[in-house]
Amino acid sequence: MAEPIYSCMRVARVIHEGTCGVTLILDNVLPCQAGQFVMVWLPGIEERPFTLMNDVPATLTIADIGPLTHALCALKMGDSVWLRGPYGHGFPVFGDKLLLIGGGSGVASLALLAKRARSSGLQVRAAVGARSAGLLMLGWYLADLCGKLTLTTDDGSRGLRGSVLQAAETDMPWATAVYACGPEAMLRALANMRATGVPPCWVSLERVMRCGIGVCGSCHCGEHLVCADGPVFAIEQVAVALNNPHP
Amino acid sequence: MVETDIRVNLADLELHSPLVLASGVWGCAAETLIRAAAAGAGAVTSKSCSVLPRRGHPNPAVLPWQGGLINAVGLANPGAAEERDILHRAQQSLRPLGVPLIASIYGGTPEEYARAAGLVAEAAPDIIEVNISCPNVQSEFGYPFALEASAAAEVTSAVRSAYRGRLFIKLSPNAPDIVAVAAAVVRAGADGLTAVNTMGPGMLIDTHARCPILSNKAGGISGTALRPIALRCVYDISQAVCVPIIGTGGIDSGEAALQMVMAGASAVGVGSALAGEGAAVFERINRELAILMRTEGITRLGEVRGCAHG
Repeated sequence: MAEPIYSCMRVARVIHEGTCGVTLILDNVLPCQAGQFVMVWLPGIEERPFTLMNDVPATLTIADIGPLTHALCALKMGDSVWLRGPYGHGFPVFGDKLLLIGGGSGVASLALLAKRARSSGLQVRAAVGARSAGLLMLGWYLADLCGKLTLTTDDGSRGLRGSVLQAAETDMPWATAVYACGPEAMLRALANMRATGVPPCWVSLERVMRCGIGVCGSCHCGEHLVCADGPVFAIEQVAVALNNPHP
Repeated sequence: MVETDIRVNLADLELHSPLVLASGVWGCAAETLIRAAAAGAGAVTSKSCSVLPRRGHPNPAVLPWQGGLINAVGLANPGAAEERDILHRAQQSLRPLGVPLIASIYGGTPEEYARAAGLVAEAAPDIIEVNISCPNVQSEFGYPFALEASAAAEVTSAVRSAYRGRLFIKLSPNAPDIVAVAAAVVRAGADGLTAVNTMGPGMLIDTHARCPILSNKAGGISGTALRPIALRCVYDISQAVCVPIIGTGGIDSGEAALQMVMAGASAVGVGSALAGEGAAVFERINRELAILMRTEGITRLGEVRGCAHG
């Protein structure tokens, strides 16, 4: 029996995210934990990992940063997308006040956590940042789910001017747990804040991946494989590796 | 009840377990090599490196299927100079663990193999394994050296002249006469053999996309589908040569490992089985092997090495 490697789904709806991103709502479901990822393939272009922004229906939020994401951003209703997975481990829920910190397209990794937490009656606050207003993603989605949503931009073109981490700091005493995804410099800064007593913190890491199933080793972060051991880690697990990026 | 001992000797190296982390799996970084060793591997093999860095093939490059894995990573590596530093870092932690380090090298010509060997030798690996059998780069390099005895021997001689340490040659299950290739590389100076690399190349096609899935179209087959072929290769080779063999191909249990030893292997490579299970696979196979040996009344693996020959 030749079982398919991928689930082939069609784009049911396209939502534009800022000036150079999209959310693709697909026509099928792919049940997953919040924070798990799928390998997304467009034949003739490439395959890369993306966190599922939603699972019922399967939904991807994409920032246009390379050949595959550019092609994904150009998809129209009815076009096909190939997914395999879900893979990896998602976010554990700790306590009843969750603070989400998303930098750039990293916010997509936190959206399903916000939805699940809210439907379980937990309180959610979020800080979402980007370089400029046009690069902010999923603010519209999180606004309905979060008791408080703080937007930041590096250039001050929307929300607070400055780093999203700085903006989130004021909500840390409120939170029972912090969840973050974004540029590595942001996660490194978060890891180095640990000494000042922030709540338990989990981060979702992004790496170049080949297999997605823990065999090729391409996505290592220190001794950890981001695909199989992560992509979600307790920040203590990866703090040393984030501060010592060996080749 | 017999006391079992899963330690093996591999080219005068004492391995606390016969399980060897196979090349191409986890071996990109010092930290992951060390993790595999700490998890129970008796020796660990780094990912093949060439003199110059290689990006490898674009994704899709590694896919799971019902029979195991198919891959066309295309020998992505940071180049031998950087690899030497990775190996050096790995060796600093592996030595105290008593886990030998095997450095895998690749080249487009015998001279490139020799240069790569010279560079990684500076990190003092315990064995250099020469990958002459990658089936995923034919469009770039032509057929692998491992398919033909004289070509394989030529690479072996070139590396032998550049490196005085333990030298293993990794053979291809696709060779029309793997025994002749094995004999030729041993005559050319190999101290041991790794048998086998992935087979094929094979292909997966997506029904809806109506095209091959791998960006390279074709890729090497490993895992369960390879095991009977690897067993036969090791069985045939071990009758013809008197050097140690790391039997590799679809080993995912203590029973499969023991069968590989019975075919004639001194140690047993583990690669595709890490998919999904991770490093825990080493501890599990070690445990299963010890239990099976007790059940079968085997004290040491040397007692049954090659016993399938009768």
